[in-house]
Amino acid sequence: MAAPSAEVEGATVGDALAAVFTSRPGLRGYVLDDQGAVRRHVAVYVNGQPVHDRVRLTDPVGPNDEIYVLQALSGG
Amino acid sequence: MANRLHVGTRKGLFELVRNNGVWEIVDVQFLGDPVSAVLADAEGSVWAALDLGHFGAKLWRRDRTGMWREMAVPVFPPKPEEAGDDPHPWSLGKIWVLESGGAGGRLWAGTMPGGLFRSDDDGASWSLSEALWHMPERRQWAGVAGGEQPGINSVLIDPENPADIRVGVSTAGVWASTDAGDSWHLINRGMYAEYMPPEQRENPILQDVHRLARCAAHPEIVWCQHHNGVFRSEDAGATWREVTAIRPSKFGFAVAAHPIDPHTAWFIPAIKDERRIPVDGKVVVARTRDGGGSFDVLRQGLPQHHAYDLVWRHGLAADESGERLAFGSTSGGLWISEDGGDSWTMPEARLPPVAVVRFAPA
Repeated sequence: MAAPSAEVEGATVGDALAAVFTSRPGLRGYVLDDQGAVRRHVAVYVNGQPVHDRVRLTDPVGPNDEIYVLQALSGG
Repeated sequence: MANRLHVGTRKGLFELVRNNGVWEIVDVQFLGDPVSAVLADAEGSVWAALDLGHFGAKLWRRDRTGMWREMAVPVFPPKPEEAGDDPHPWSLGKIWVLESGGAGGRLWAGTMPGGLFRSDDDGASWSLSEALWHMPERRQWAGVAGGEQPGINSVLIDPENPADIRVGVSTAGVWASTDAGDSWHLINRGMYAEYMPPEQRENPILQDVHRLARCAAHPEIVWCQHHNGVFRSEDAGATWREVTAIRPSKFGFAVAAHPIDPHTAWFIPAIKDERRIPVDGKVVVARTRDGGGSFDVLRQGLPQHHAYDLVWRHGLAADESGERLAFGSTSGGLWISEDGGDSWTMPEARLPPVAVVRFAPA
């Protein structure tokens, strides 16, 4: 699943991700689980700091903040 | 007879084709990704479920043109507040088994954490069998291997009546629907869980059904490899008789039913249950041809010296003739028989651990 960078508007991490998923609906299930929480082995950072709320994604973001989604490695 | 075999492994999906009597790998897809379920239909479609460590369960389909496309996956509904004490997650863990539903475009997906999903459009969209998921008894389902997620390991469709369904659950016995999934009830009687307290040994919902297999031509005949032994039912899973003749041991995961002969089935026994290795380090297949009264222990072509291959629930398959069989192991072994199990050959490959083998219908 290709996931290029995007510039979107949103007041929270959840809003911003939702804006990305609107244009790329297939991406949602890769990042969030069925209940909308961040998948266990996916990490979300804002300006280099991990988000606090991985369940409801309520961490606030500003116009110039960068949200970074990465896979937290595990297994073998 | 089938000439095409799909092998889902911890590191990708391998497709084998029989050419001039030799089985060869002709295609590899999803290399590096764990494959948890595979289905191939008679029209040339193939479905592969992936269990991605980071990104969850995914489903892909290869259509008749040979093009792979990502499909929708089953999704659990929003978890209501009153379900706050539900012991099971309301989020897809993995697709554990895929079956054709007998009607155009219909598929069934058995999943962890125990949801059964139906598609009526070849997997483009899915709906949860709400009746099964919302049953109060579902909260008594125990997780696989002591984990938090139960799993539907088997979905048996009556070929004559596709609304008649049986599902096997790890760990919750055998459930039946006669109305295409609108209502369900627990049906299994006659199994026993020998590790439970005496009062609970025969409780149907506590039975650790590792895998069910149904005779396609005689759908009332169902075989079960259970944690505590082998069982056979002659009434589509309602009552069970233990098959005590199984050799060399009664523990195992996989079972394949002969598609035509109701008296023939195959098992791959192992030492139960803390060790989970073949007896004496010898890989064998146990075959009965008399309804479980006696067994042949088949070993021609199988490793008989320091072999520790275990075969998971979906790692053994028979084709529609019952002549061709295949099984794959946790050590990456893959063996194919063309004579009902009398002898076996190993394709030239050293595979990742095998989760599922599946013949494509000829």
